[in-house]
Amino acid sequence: MSASTHTASHTSGEVNYINEFKGLKSWFTSLDHKRIGLLYMISVLFFFLVGGLFALLIRLELFKPGAQYLTPDQYNQVMTYHGAIMVFMVIVPGIPAILGNFFLPLQIGAKDVAFPRLNLTSWYVFMLGAIIAICTLFLGKIDTGWTFYTPYSIKTGTAATMMVVAAFVMGMSSILTGLNFIVTVHKLRAPGMTMFRIPLFIWAIYSTAVLQILATPVLGITLLLLAMERTFGVGIFDPNLGGDPVLFQHFFWFYSHPAVYIMILPAMGVVSELIAAFSRKTIFGYTAIAFSSIGIAAVSFFVWGHHMFVSGQSEVAGIVFSFLTMLVGVPTAIKMFNWLSTLYRGNISFESPMLFALGFLFLFAIGGVTGIMLATIATDVHFHDTYFVVAHFHYVMVGGTLMALMGGLYYWFPKMFGKMYNETLARLTFVLIFIGFNVTFFPQFILGAMGMPRRYFDYIPAYQSLNSISTIGSWLIGCGFLLSLYVIVTALRSGEKASDNPWGAKTLEWQTSSPPPHTNFHVEPVVTAGPYEYK
Amino acid sequence: MSTSSSHTHDSHVAHHFRDANHQFESAKQGIWLFMVTEILMFGGLFVGYAIFHALYPKMFAEGASHLNWKLGFVNTLVLIFSSYTMAMSIHHLQKNEKSQAVTKLWLTVGCGVIFMCIKAFEYTGKFQHGFLPGRLLDVVHTGAESANLGMYYGFYYCMTGLHGLHVLIGMGLIVWLALRAQKGEFGEDYFTPVEGVGIFWHIVDLIWIFLFPLLYLVG
Amino acid sequence: MAANNHSEHQSAGHGHHIIPAEIYKKVALALFVLTLLTVGFHYLFHSVMHGSVLAAPVAFLIAAVKASLVLMFFMGLKYDSVDNRIIFALGFFFLFVLIFFSALDIWTRVAVTSTL
Repeated sequence: MSASTHTASHTSGEVNYINEFKGLKSWFTSLDHKRIGLLYMISVLFFFLVGGLFALLIRLELFKPGAQYLTPDQYNQVMTYHGAIMVFMVIVPGIPAILGNFFLPLQIGAKDVAFPRLNLTSWYVFMLGAIIAICTLFLGKIDTGWTFYTPYSIKTGTAATMMVVAAFVMGMSSILTGLNFIVTVHKLRAPGMTMFRIPLFIWAIYSTAVLQILATPVLGITLLLLAMERTFGVGIFDPNLGGDPVLFQHFFWFYSHPAVYIMILPAMGVVSELIAAFSRKTIFGYTAIAFSSIGIAAVSFFVWGHHMFVSGQSEVAGIVFSFLTMLVGVPTAIKMFNWLSTLYRGNISFESPMLFALGFLFLFAIGGVTGIMLATIATDVHFHDTYFVVAHFHYVMVGGTLMALMGGLYYWFPKMFGKMYNETLARLTFVLIFIGFNVTFFPQFILGAMGMPRRYFDYIPAYQSLNSISTIGSWLIGCGFLLSLYVIVTALRSGEKASDNPWGAKTLEWQTSSPPPHTNFHVEPVVTAGPYEYK
Repeated sequence: MSTSSSHTHDSHVAHHFRDANHQFESAKQGIWLFMVTEILMFGGLFVGYAIFHALYPKMFAEGASHLNWKLGFVNTLVLIFSSYTMAMSIHHLQKNEKSQAVTKLWLTVGCGVIFMCIKAFEYTGKFQHGFLPGRLLDVVHTGAESANLGMYYGFYYCMTGLHGLHVLIGMGLIVWLALRAQKGEFGEDYFTPVEGVGIFWHIVDLIWIFLFPLLYLVG
Repeated sequence: MAANNHSEHQSAGHGHHIIPAEIYKKVALALFVLTLLTVGFHYLFHSVMHGSVLAAPVAFLIAAVKASLVLMFFMGLKYDSVDNRIIFALGFFFLFVLIFFSALDIWTRVAVTSTL
């Protein structure tokens, strides 16, 4: 595939992937998975900032009942952009494309991913999609919600077709990344690195990649059909023309439910790494955690109908999907129990990455249990399309995935940049984000149970106090993330030099220098033991 | 540099692979994964077609009755032949028979051209008679009996259009291969791109094998 | 899952199975014959019998046979690794999942309400 372009020899430990080549061009044409990971990091964190600003706008508008700062149409647009940016541009690519790109080859002892040129291509494809998505902001906007539900998405006068194209393009990027990762895991493991010696983060990334390959193409064709529908009115999803809008939801959730696990599985992988490292203990139930990742990936394809309990889906299908959805609880609980058992009698220390991991356990447990409530048809009919659902998936997506992403970034930061950050401030970011998160979203469970519908620009005065609390929480989260930006930037500028293995972790990436050389290892590693052999 | 590339001097082997075979096997697995995504993408269309065919059998029969199955039949034969020539070009490369391989590649491109010409001929005929997708369907001119006949043509153009796009992309890739093969860049030691594009070309054939009875015969 | 990646050491150029030209010819011939058969059955069912419930199953059965010939020989899956065969089979399995649940919903819905 790629021709090797580097010339310097690794006689001194000072030469690394960052300083080996200079200039902007060397970054934008680099085939090095580590540099591509950083390209993803910069772009995804930027989009996270944009999506976060939209979130703050939503909460600001909902601070009090009645119109505050936005018109109802603007509110719908802000809500759509918040959802679409966060899903397609932040959480789906987030952990796999940043941390996965950077650490997948390092953790399995490979020099790069299987197809480095394809890897760079997928970043460009991702950016192309992202730019198209951003362009819709100036060319008509979009107000369908990130789910593009028909028949409204057929009728709306906004730039829905363009946004659909953007999502299609970003989906292609996601497919290419997944393809690359699967082949890398299959073919590029170092000598002695058997499938049951790869770190659990790799199992999670691997399961995610399988989902990206199997689910994303169906999203592609769904969006293509939607574009056809808008352009020619073929009627497949249009009830006026004999079509079935529920079929759109089937197609959409065939992708988007597995996509939910594309978002959470990598987070679970990160947490497995963090808990083992900071408990300084062999992970409890390695095989069980590895197979539960594959299990969650497999089950995810059989449960999508739980998004459609009140969409006019047949009762039979509803009951079948409700039953199947309960199965998700099994592999998820297996993971929870194994993490807790790893903590038990571990030599635990509470550095900032570990705080985020523990935060994950707490918030994800709430997100998971409320998921079971929503999977039960009888309760879902009451909770559906209320703020209960909003709170549920934010506990999973933000409380789960973003917590893990933050934890992972702090954990691997010394390896990525060879510098340490201010630990006290990093812990403070955790406190702000964790408290802010609960203040923002716990009231939404109550609001949902009280019947406040989601996606509306206005609400009755009875909901006011809880909504105000929620909005105040959103400011705390915002402060938390701004502070972590400060922590990262100051660490990059003037952080102390990090040692090769500041946490005393056992996985392979810590055996090389910080930051690693272009080819990852000075000597090709030979693996003789599992990833978590703590004594 | 690295230790593992020392036992091979093949210029095509990237630094992170052990040897040419390791690289070939990895590339091939990548291609197969990509084929899975193709199957699932076209599969979505087939699922939609199957469901609406079951709901509106009369409308689909009416739609198919306006298609000329003889054109679809000829195109099926053309694509099968092109698959054969594509497979043979790899066979020749594996035996270092360069000129035969190049001929087979150009033959494959030729078949693609014939396929697209027939398709274009078919499309223009449909356009002239008003058989367009969705709301563009000329109800008066076509004498459509089913109210939503436009849906059939939505499927028809979507499926054959997406397939045709794949044929065009495949043709472009094979032209690129033929030019490289002419320069002698491929042989028994290295033919990974030909193998990869070959698998892609066969999947295009494979999809057409299902499209032909689906659109032209069963309807 | 992956076979151990260190068990298949073969030096360059000798790891590829060369499928004989004779097989390719036979497969192409079989595909031509099957295509003719498809059209023959179409003529039989439509022009002679004026429609038959067998028309679609027969057409798709033949198509499936043709597709497996292309897969096994032209695409070389018969001679390929187990990994790649599993990978490709997975695609069809999940396609089946998509149609199964979508059709389950629509079928049971129409059965109860006689409309979509």
